[in-house]
Order: sequence, then C-alpha cells, then structure tokens
Amino acid sequence: MDRPIRVVVAKPGLDGHDRGAKVVARALRDAGMEVIYTGLRQTPEQIVDTAIQEDADCVAMSILSGAHNHLFPKVVNLLKEKGAEDILVVGGGVIPEDDIPGLISAGVAGIFTPGTPTSVTIDFIKANIKR
Amino acid sequence: MDIKAGLLKKDKRAAARLISMVENGETEAVRIIKECYSMTGHARIIGITGPPGAGKSTVTDKLVKLLRKSGKQVGVVAVDPTSPFTGGAILGDRVRMTDLSCDPGVFIRSMGTRGALGGLSKAANGAVMVLDIFGMDYIFIETVGVGQSEVDIVKFADTVVMVMVPGLGDDIQAIKAGIMEIGDIFAVNKSDRDGSERTAAEIEAMLDFNRNEEYRPPVLNIIARDNTGVAELLELIENHWKYLNESGSFRQKKTKRLRTEIMNIFRDMVMRTVYSLGGGTNIIDELAEKVMERQLDPYSAADILLDEFTKNRKDNY
Repeated sequence: MDRPIRVVVAKPGLDGHDRGAKVVARALRDAGMEVIYTGLRQTPEQIVDTAIQEDADCVAMSILSGAHNHLFPKVVNLLKEKGAEDILVVGGGVIPEDDIPGLISAGVAGIFTPGTPTSVTIDFIKANIKR
Repeated sequence: MDIKAGLLKKDKRAAARLISMVENGETEAVRIIKECYSMTGHARIIGITGPPGAGKSTVTDKLVKLLRKSGKQVGVVAVDPTSPFTGGAILGDRVRMTDLSCDPGVFIRSMGTRGALGGLSKAANGAVMVLDIFGMDYIFIETVGVGQSEVDIVKFADTVVMVMVPGLGDDIQAIKAGIMEIGDIFAVNKSDRDGSERTAAEIEAMLDFNRNEEYRPPVLNIIARDNTGVAELLELIENHWKYLNESGSFRQKKTKRLRTEIMNIFRDMVMRTVYSLGGGTNIIDELAEKVMERQLDPYSAADILLDEFTKNRKDNY
C-alpha cells in the first residue's frame, strides 16, 4: 500500500517545445507513477520548491534550447542547498553526447536523449530513486 | 531529519515529508499527528470543485494571490484523477499556479485520487491535517469534479465553491441532482463567453427548488483569468464563514466530518492489519482457492479472516 513514485516533470528556461516532456509524462503515468507536470518556463528555484513541497522522488527535466549545461547543474545544486540532494535528477532533450559526462559529474543521474525508449527511462527511475 | 521539529519550525521539507508518511500510514507519522493534534482546527478549509475545464485551478490561483495580499498563509491540496488501470496520474493543477511556487507563504501539494482504498479521503485528509498543524490560515482543496470526489469534498470543506462554466447546456440538467446540494457558492467562470448570464439564471432557478430557509447559495459571474469578480468571490466565502459561525451549524458540520474521518482511519487500520496477517495476502489467497474449490463459501472465508484479525490484534496490541 505504498504511495506511487512521484516525479516532477519540468521544462526549465525559455524553451517552449513540450511534446517530449508530455510523452515522458504520459509514459510515467502509464507505469503507475504520479507525475507533477509543472509546464513551461520554470526557473530552477520554482522547480526545486515544487520538488520539495511535493516530496518528489525524482525531478525530470527537458531542454531543447541548449541551456542544459547551465540549468541542469543549477537545479542539482539548489536541491543540495535545500537539503534535498536525495531527489533523483534526470534530464532529456536536445543534449549533445559530448555534454553528457559533464552533466553526470555535475550530479544529473541520467540523460535520456531522443530515441530512448520510455521503458529505459522508467526502469532507470525505478531502480535509482532513494526509497 | 527530525520531522516534528521541522514541522513546528515551518520547514516545508519536513511538512512535505510528513504528508507522505501520513499517506502511507507510517507509525512515526501517526505519533507526530497524535502529539500535534491540538494544534489543528484553525485553518479555514475551502473546497473548489466543478466539471473539468471550468477553471478551478485558475480560480484557486487568484483566490490564493488575493489572500496573500493580506498576509494570510495558504495551503492548496490539488487532486487529479488516478488511472484505475495503471495507478498512475498526471497532476497538472500546478501549471495554473506557477507564480505561487516560490511564495514562502504558500504550500501546494498535488495528489491523485488513488482509487479503491480511500480515494480522496485518506491522502487528502492527511495533507489537510499537516497543513493545519503547519499553521495555514486557509487550505484549498481542489478536486476533479466528477463522480465520487464531488461528494467527498463536502466531508472535508467548510465552504464548497462550485465552479461552473457556460456552454454546458443540457449537461447542467444532468448533473444538477448532486451539485445543488453540494455547493455553498456557485461561481460561473469564463463569463466573457456566450450564455454566462443564462447559466447563472439556470442555477438560480434550480436553487429555487431546494430552498433552504437559512442559507441560499449565491451565484456569481466571474472571469478568473483576468481577476474579474475574484474579490467578490472571496467576500462571499467570508460571508459563508460568518453564516456558519452565527448559525451554530459549524460545530455540527465539523463534528460530522470528524465522524467520517474516524471511520475512514479505522477502516484503513483494519485493512492494513488484514494485509499483514501471516506474511501478506497469503491467507486471503488461500481462502480464495478454498472457495474456488467449494471447500468454503465466501461468508465462512470472511469469518475466518475476522478470527485471524481479532487474534492478531490481541497478540500484537
């Protein structure tokens, strides 16, 4: 009778392409998770505050505008600052292969680029959340 | 993390964590609630319900912002439907309340209806209790507005605002039976649309049939999107609060609500105990097999379960 896995799906920054985020959101729902869908134009502060209030297990972000190297680590660091570093952070979108190692070492647990089957993302989240 | 200390210090993370723990019925959470229960009872609980697409989240967002202007602390519990097949949910009410995310005086918690074992009751109730202890002056519960949750909301809220929208036409006729009894205030949203006056008039006409001598639910036309009529709506909510207090029906209403709450918690405790009998659902599975083989009938099976439960409670108290 445990509650479902809770994932915040957010689009940080000014990128307005949300189809991918919605596809992932739906897939997570179909896998039995509660998806807190926050919509577009979220600041890192808003995403972190949301994750904390919702007691999220995971934050999943999507960026297609190229701002991932700045925004993803910003969210990771803010979570740490607020004592919420146990929340799993994953990301997707238009992210060049070369940028992935940097993001991983900055604290993003997994990057899922276009073409990744949603089952891979789902299994990763299930296997890596902290509870 | 010392959850109780965090909660009393108004740490949002502690409150959020406690809400999750209460949802799970964790012993630690129950202990904290027991210790802090005398701190509850101060928050005003407002239910926002209505058909999908009526603009409930937007109305909630505007009302919260207005209350924030006068320095009130506000909590929001936003409920969206859980898929009965997958158990998952898309909780999208926050999308309409983005500005409130970083406001320190606001706490928003989204959750799914979570189906069979309690639905709106258990999880939402836990969240409201925690937010009350946390010190919120107002707590909004925003529900799905179809089916059971519409009725459930009455068991939670002091004031229920029914958000309607023009253009439903004959659909109003179809749903009137339930909603006329539930709403304390009717807000016709999106009133820049055609038919908003007529919708308000239809609601007034239906209210004529259910004449409560003491209190007649007001009907208001608003456009939440550009804040039109929101201040008036808040005033109506305040008026209803005054009416509840002056008429003395408040105490009766709250006591009735607590009765339901006690029963829900009791039912939940029974189910938890049953599910943990002799290592999970094995006993139930065995009984089902026996009934399948016609070695037992379902009533005798339930009797056996009741015996096991009683024995279990005695042994483990």
